Amino acid sequence: MNAELPDILSWRKGSSAQPVDWEKLRNDFPILQRQVNGHPLAYLDNAASAQKPWQVKEAEQALYDQYYANVHRGVHTLSQEGTNAFEEARAWVASFINAPEKEEVIFTKGTTDGINLLAYTFGLDYLKPGDEILLTGMEHHANIVPWQLAARRTGAVIKVVPVLDNGTLDLESFDKLLSEKTKLLSMVWVSNSLGTINPVDYMVPKAKSLGVPVLLDAAQAAPHMAIDVQALDIDFLVFSAHKVIGPTGFGVLYGKRSWLDMLPPFMGGGDMIDQVRFEETTFNALPHKFEAGTPHISGAIGFCAALKYLAQIGMDRVAAREQELGELCRTKLREAFPKLRFIGEATERVAVVSFLLGEAHPYDVGFILDKEGVAVRTGHHCCQPLMDRFRVPGTVRASFAFYNTKSEIDQLIAALAKAQKMLLP
Amino acid sequence: MSHPSIQEIGEEIVEEFSWFSSWEEKYEHLIEMGRQLPIIDAAYKTNERLVRGCQSKVWLHAESEDHRVVFRADSDAIITKGIVALLVRALSHQTPEDIVRSDLGFIDTIGLKAHLSPTRSNGLVSMIHQMKQYAGNQLNH
Repeated sequence: MNAELPDILSWRKGSSAQPVDWEKLRNDFPILQRQVNGHPLAYLDNAASAQKPWQVKEAEQALYDQYYANVHRGVHTLSQEGTNAFEEARAWVASFINAPEKEEVIFTKGTTDGINLLAYTFGLDYLKPGDEILLTGMEHHANIVPWQLAARRTGAVIKVVPVLDNGTLDLESFDKLLSEKTKLLSMVWVSNSLGTINPVDYMVPKAKSLGVPVLLDAAQAAPHMAIDVQALDIDFLVFSAHKVIGPTGFGVLYGKRSWLDMLPPFMGGGDMIDQVRFEETTFNALPHKFEAGTPHISGAIGFCAALKYLAQIGMDRVAAREQELGELCRTKLREAFPKLRFIGEATERVAVVSFLLGEAHPYDVGFILDKEGVAVRTGHHCCQPLMDRFRVPGTVRASFAFYNTKSEIDQLIAALAKAQKMLLP
Repeated sequence: MSHPSIQEIGEEIVEEFSWFSSWEEKYEHLIEMGRQLPIIDAAYKTNERLVRGCQSKVWLHAESEDHRVVFRADSDAIITKGIVALLVRALSHQTPEDIVRSDLGFIDTIGLKAHLSPTRSNGLVSMIHQMKQYAGNQLNH
């Protein structure tokens, strides 16, 4: 592999030996300078989508201004340069998750796209009536519905690991649910609505010991931690670039070569073929077999720039910074609002703070926070089964990125005090 | 005395809201209106009457009385409920013809139009649609 690519230790520690000046780094994100409703923007909706540093935009602009052409097609210089940059992005993604080969990295539209790809290939080819797909009670709809569709077509059955009151998984039930009938464990690594980091160190080896392949939904893990697919012996992993300070509409499916070679193609079209005859078509090698049609070239280029940006900081420092902000937010909320109830209090968690303020409806709280310039997510977070389990209509969710500040937490507290005054008589 | 028209009620609401200069006062008034909306009978809060929004839920019940449509409605979010109260106040006890023709411009005038944007997904857009649809069905009978 390319010598300039960071190894797993460098991804953790970061290439810059200097301590990170977080306030200065915030200037790399132009949108954070804007005002909303007459207040400075406090963007605390990072779990929905992260903001982008100017380096991402500059990389995409350079593509369009200097070397844009279709990739994997032309003999001409622009296509060659474009293809090189596109494949460099693949190498950076492989390095980011410590994939053994860059051909095991499939570019997708995002997490949802990646899971659907697997539900239609693995799901339809490998599931038989009575087979079980094991999910958890804290899945995003994107890791529920594709499997329900696959189960409906194949007669397979969905089993669900229950969630405990503190927002962690019931591991005793997990042990019992895992059986020779289980054909796939498909689970969320980090919960988007609770912030819980699930114990993959325990669950993945347990599944593997029974020969059960594992798909990890890393949509909320990839922005916050160094990922090593080899250390965990993960079969499949999916995530979206837009949550990792990269472009929208772009994502990653990692799959072990042994699986990806075996699975049938998902979509047919250009780029994914070897030879097309009306009698029979043969398919291209990995990763192209799963990348029909012209790909999201600028997405790949932009995401490569995002990864280079993160490689300088280092994922351990990203995690530590976010952890500090998330825990400070929880402490301040707990002190200021006796009526506030956290949903999800796992000890292993990322900086996602989900809560309810007394009887106030999340929509009302979110609306008043917006008036004060504070952007949070409200609602069911595309996790209706989880909200039903906690018997709440939804939550207010503040989610942090490394570019957030302590003064934004104070702005949240002040805005929430106003919401409390207006909404709770 | 006959029931005031939608137009007249709209003007009344605009007049009421003109007293408030800050958004806080305006929303406190709206929330108060939501609190005063007659409580809908639990029997009416069924799934068939539920207008689903990703953010908040709205329940709507409609029936005809003397050629006029009577609406009863509720929401689980109080700001949404305040706007529900405004809509019920303006459209309930009106003729189907007037309901179908109404433009609800007063919501815009008092600066609450953002709540009727489809992106809010609070159930209000579908609620207005269903109110007009019910009135429209009465006309066709």
